[in-house]
Amino acid sequence: VLGMSANSVSYNEQGSGESGVDAAQENSSIPASISAGGAAFSLFSADCKKNEDLKEMLESNKESLKLEAMKRIVGLIAKGKNASELFPAVVKNVASKNIELKKLVYVYLVRYAEEQQDLALLSISTFQRALKDPNQLIRASALRVLSSIRVPIIVPIMMLAIKEAATDLSPYVRKTAAHAIQKLYSLDPDQKEHLIEVIEKLLKDKSTLVAGSVVMAFEEVCPDRIDLIHKNYRKLCNLLVDVEEWGQVVIIHMLTRYARTQFVSPWREDAVFDENSEKTFYDSEEERRVDQSKPYIMDPDHRLLLRNTKPLLQSRNTAVVMAVSQLYWHLSPKHELSVITKSLVRLLRSHREVQYIVLQNIATMSIQRKGMFEPFMKSFYVRSTDATHIKTLKLEILTNLANEANISTILRELQTYVKSQDKAFVAATIQAIGRCATNISEVTDTCLNGLVLLLSNRDETVVAESVVVIKKLLQTQPSQHSDIIKHMAKLFDNITVPMARASILWLMGEYCEHVPKIAPDVLRKMAKTFTSEEDIVKLQTVNLAAKLYLSNSKQTKLLTQYILNLGKYDQNYDIRDRTRFIRQLIVPNEKSGALSRYARRILMAPKPAPVLQSAFKDRDRFQLGTLSHTLNSQSNGYLELSDWPAVAPDQSVRIVEVVKEAGAPLLGKSKPGKSAEKFYSDSEEEEEGSSSEDSSSSSSEESESESESEENSDDSNKSSSSESDSEKKKKTLKNKKLQQQKPDSKDRYWSHSKALLLIIITKLFSIHIVLSFSNQFVASCRCSLLRLCVFLACQFDAVSWHVRVSLQASFPVFVPETSHELLHRMTGKGLSAQYRFTRQPCIYGNSMVSLQLTLSNSSDQALENIHISEKSSTGQNIHHFNAIGELHTTNHSEIDTNMSTVQHEHTKEDEFSVSIQPAVGELLVPITMTEADFTKEKLTWCQKANQPIHFCVCISRFAGKTVGSGCLVLVSVALKDPDAGITINTEKTVMASMLLRQVKITLTNSGP
Amino acid sequence: MIHSLFLINASGDIFLEKHWKSVVSRSVCDYFFEALERATEPENVPPVIPTPHHFLINVLRHRIYFVAVIQSEVPPLFVIEFLHRVVDTFQDYFGVCTEAAIKDNVVVVYELLEEMLDNGFPLATESNILKELIKPPTILRTVVNTITGSTNVGEQLPTGQLSVVPWRRTGVKYTNNEAYFDVVEEIDAIIDKSGSTITAEIQGVVDACVKLTGMPDLTLSFMNPRLLDDVSFHPCVRFKRWEAERILSFIPPDGNFRLLSYHVSSQNLVAIPVYVKHNISFREGSSQGRFELTLGPKQTMGKAVESVLVSSQLPRGVLNANLNPSQGTYTFDPVTKLLSWDVGKINPQKLPSLKGSMSLQTGASKPDENPTINIQFKIQQLAISGLKVNRLDMYGEKYKPFKGIKYMTKAGKFQNDCHLLVIQKLAG
Repeated sequence: VLGMSANSVSYNEQGSGESGVDAAQENSSIPASISAGGAAFSLFSADCKKNEDLKEMLESNKESLKLEAMKRIVGLIAKGKNASELFPAVVKNVASKNIELKKLVYVYLVRYAEEQQDLALLSISTFQRALKDPNQLIRASALRVLSSIRVPIIVPIMMLAIKEAATDLSPYVRKTAAHAIQKLYSLDPDQKEHLIEVIEKLLKDKSTLVAGSVVMAFEEVCPDRIDLIHKNYRKLCNLLVDVEEWGQVVIIHMLTRYARTQFVSPWREDAVFDENSEKTFYDSEEERRVDQSKPYIMDPDHRLLLRNTKPLLQSRNTAVVMAVSQLYWHLSPKHELSVITKSLVRLLRSHREVQYIVLQNIATMSIQRKGMFEPFMKSFYVRSTDATHIKTLKLEILTNLANEANISTILRELQTYVKSQDKAFVAATIQAIGRCATNISEVTDTCLNGLVLLLSNRDETVVAESVVVIKKLLQTQPSQHSDIIKHMAKLFDNITVPMARASILWLMGEYCEHVPKIAPDVLRKMAKTFTSEEDIVKLQTVNLAAKLYLSNSKQTKLLTQYILNLGKYDQNYDIRDRTRFIRQLIVPNEKSGALSRYARRILMAPKPAPVLQSAFKDRDRFQLGTLSHTLNSQSNGYLELSDWPAVAPDQSVRIVEVVKEAGAPLLGKSKPGKSAEKFYSDSEEEEEGSSSEDSSSSSSEESESESESEENSDDSNKSSSSESDSEKKKKTLKNKKLQQQKPDSKDRYWSHSKALLLIIITKLFSIHIVLSFSNQFVASCRCSLLRLCVFLACQFDAVSWHVRVSLQASFPVFVPETSHELLHRMTGKGLSAQYRFTRQPCIYGNSMVSLQLTLSNSSDQALENIHISEKSSTGQNIHHFNAIGELHTTNHSEIDTNMSTVQHEHTKEDEFSVSIQPAVGELLVPITMTEADFTKEKLTWCQKANQPIHFCVCISRFAGKTVGSGCLVLVSVALKDPDAGITINTEKTVMASMLLRQVKITLTNSGP
Repeated sequence: MIHSLFLINASGDIFLEKHWKSVVSRSVCDYFFEALERATEPENVPPVIPTPHHFLINVLRHRIYFVAVIQSEVPPLFVIEFLHRVVDTFQDYFGVCTEAAIKDNVVVVYELLEEMLDNGFPLATESNILKELIKPPTILRTVVNTITGSTNVGEQLPTGQLSVVPWRRTGVKYTNNEAYFDVVEEIDAIIDKSGSTITAEIQGVVDACVKLTGMPDLTLSFMNPRLLDDVSFHPCVRFKRWEAERILSFIPPDGNFRLLSYHVSSQNLVAIPVYVKHNISFREGSSQGRFELTLGPKQTMGKAVESVLVSSQLPRGVLNANLNPSQGTYTFDPVTKLLSWDVGKINPQKLPSLKGSMSLQTGASKPDENPTINIQFKIQQLAISGLKVNRLDMYGEKYKPFKGIKYMTKAGKFQNDCHLLVIQKLAG
């Protein structure tokens, strides 16, 4: 009772206005609104005694009072005041309906649960219940708080919750699970093995939301388990662009470490970087494989990482840019490094702290590679408004960049810095001048003269720093500079900075032979002032005395003895020690023995000149961009970057079974078709690059973005479910495809290697993506359009291809978008078909023309079993395409050699006869040949020349071959105002006349 | 990653602390205070301070130190960037980021920090998502909240975090659909004492204020995109499209955001819009010095140079300055020796000038440091790099938005070195 009353008394003693309001609140339970003003005030003036009324407010029935109390408590926490005694009262509200109240209770719980473990257990059941909530955000926040309260007893509960959340349907909950892994690990490291299992599972996750968080967990829990990354490496590379920026930083750092253990060094001298100039045809796949015995070819996975991180240099997040830069620094071939320069220089416009870190990294880089930053030298010019540490870093970089060519510009800039008002910076500048002088011998004299001029500066620090630097410079070539030493001796009286005085004394002693008259005089002056000098100066005086004694004992013997006596009774033991030592060494007596005979050689030994080098010289032992690099000392948890392996570890560990791959590239903006294709060999990528111009891929992108926006407008839950649906669908599709491809491999056209199989599957796969996206589209806009794009390959008679193998095919310059109608939907009873020539090299055979067929179903029912009737395939080869069983549609088409095609489509019992009439030009493939060859070939077929209208200067030539027979077609169009001449040379006369007619029509129509 | 955060004001008081893992005692800040004492200027505190068990990474903004405590290896820029993002968020929420604003809104600050980091790893830093989670305080809402007892915390759970376009919230509706773009360029330059440009570069940004209903898909094209060879984008910009066609294509965030920033480097020719003529001299043997400064426009494409402010740190020996401006007002602080002259608008017919005399401390030696002149100015309706927006198109929505574009050029770090003459007195 006594305690209580004491409490209330002391409480009443508090600020009257405040307690008045509070009292009013308690008595009349006026809503907190009135106290709003007072609350803000009380937040920062409350003390522990006030907690009593907070407790009462928390126990009241009014939500608003509770909320007000919680707000004040949060204020206390923010202030760092102890509010732990309110724990029981607060924890009661954990299940409150009011969201803000609940959140504030969470804040409180996370702060104090560790101290009040038993009471904290009261709240657990609430979280366990919330973990089962249908709303993903509630599940996530429950897991977040549950894992944050750091009560060891609940470790098993946490473990269970994490395992469950890791398989949650919502990626957001899975992300929270990844965060919880680290928390549990720091609470109980014994759980490591179980947690690694969860990490392994989450690493396989395809969501961009999860990727960053789980890699973070990986780095904290098991950074050495590099084997977990193998299978996910390509996926991570491909997802990277779409991961949120903080996750990007973590993933990039992890991948840097990974790459250093898995790939061989691209830095070899003889490295040949030709992965971009590889042959364009996948036909040459096998030859290429053989060629790989060449000195160095970058692992495609290595290349994948470099390529996928490069766009991130454009990120607005400075940490991401820095992370990519260090990745390039540690992983890319040296000649590709220049891409990061511009981005790093751009970061210099950012905040002061960002500049500091970036400049440090540039300083390290610029030591090894001057060329990278030399063009940007002016960006490192110092501004008067820069902070001192920024200024010194810029100086460091300027000094690193100095070379014979730019030294005069840099010195001129340094000269203006010497006049700066910031004296610490001026001192650093003088040191920088010294470094320039030693590094570049051409300017040593100029620098020395400049520094000597500075000796007459009014500012003492400037003079002192100059003396110290001059001393270092003179050591390199003392004989030529005795006049400078004399000059310094003259200045000696005016210099008071101990370090500078000591430096001059040392110089005198060291080179006393060059200044035989002055040195003893300086010693005489020093003998006068010895007692009042600083220790460092006294030591050098003793040194000077000893050296003079040895070289010029006649003049200085007495002086030396006087100084040694002074030193003997000095207060500083260092000086007493030194004096005793020197005396024994130089003054011969019976005890000193052999040593004194060598005194001269000991004291006057030629000393190597100090090397003035960058303070950043040895920083490159740390990975750039890390904390350890910034501090130049290994910090806790730093993971060392391994050296490149001499021999690349097995590359196949990163190959993921194709079946699994099917679902991977689905998310966000990433181009699914593309990323899937990237998984394969280089030549495939080559094709990829060229096909990006063609309309087929761009159309697939379009449909993709369509569906993307559809998704956005969808309810999130719905879209995620439909996403996973389509994912499943695709997987099954994929499986089907594989099974059906296999019999094909026994086909007689199937002569290519296994690698080609992969390519084809990829091709087909991209079709499926288009397909699945359109499905989504269909679902959302409720129109019954079903689009299906199929690459059809039709083979013409495979003769005489080998004849002209030597002619290299090239890629079409222009691919028309227009498609031709094959079957109208009215005649096709709902099924309509369109075809288009893709002008792509055919993947099934060299003598086939590829055709893209688009089938759409505009009827209400599903169409089944669409195929090409067998009986009509007369005399030509069509690649049979019977894969789309899942959709109950199969689809065949054919083209005959007469350039007209009959195609039959069955819809249940219906059969349609269709024909494809290709323009002659579509049957040609452009080839590359020299002008000389062109003329030569033209002569060969001269007699067949069809219609030479005029003969004049050729201005455009076109060389091609027919796909089927591979015979050469040469077209030359000559312009001579107002007439034009067209010449076509080929052995196929029918074709020639048809082609001529078409070219003529086209030219006439397009002409002016 | 980030263990704790301490907010420290200019006078060295810790006024807010937040811990994401176990509590770190605030005594860890003593190491920071030591560094603060050693630093001569507030800006000179090193951004990374090692202590025996922790590392302190700090940023200084609005005269508040944001000190993050970390325990193990982490890219320092990661933390620095995050801290700046925190400051930006505060500014976005409270209009200003001052000690008073933070103290007044301590609950919102705590709620924000709680959402921004989970276990020290950034969770939601996108301002649009945060605003869905926690509504920014406005005067009206504060009044309403106190009367009705409703809260600042969003009733709906945010969906932005889960969508493919995390930067845009769903269900945006406006009656007036409008999209404004501001092209703002800053010139950083160092001019030497003879008036020739040592280095000049342009730092430009395109800030947008987009208030459009639904999910608009915008494309913005430039007349001369070739100028933009060094850019960084908001994550919403489709990078592939830019690479291929040099067109900015994006689904914009709602409200204010920075679409892109670019950098026109010193290798390009940069037009300098103003020039300075100066004459600062001291006569040996007398305690008086002369001061003359004239400003003039140069290469401004006929646009007026406005809000000109000139400041200069005069040598320490100067006791006072007695000057006479032809326009505007000037102040001289005898303690910091900072001279600042608020010029206003430059009239090309009558160039502004500042003339007069300076008195030196008696007995003080003649100053030998060269003062520098820092200049600030603004030019409306001009992007000095010549960047011009060609057109803005909107897809995906039916309505016609109102579109607007504004150009402005400002001085960034515009520094003019001076030459200080000390006239030797002739013998006799």
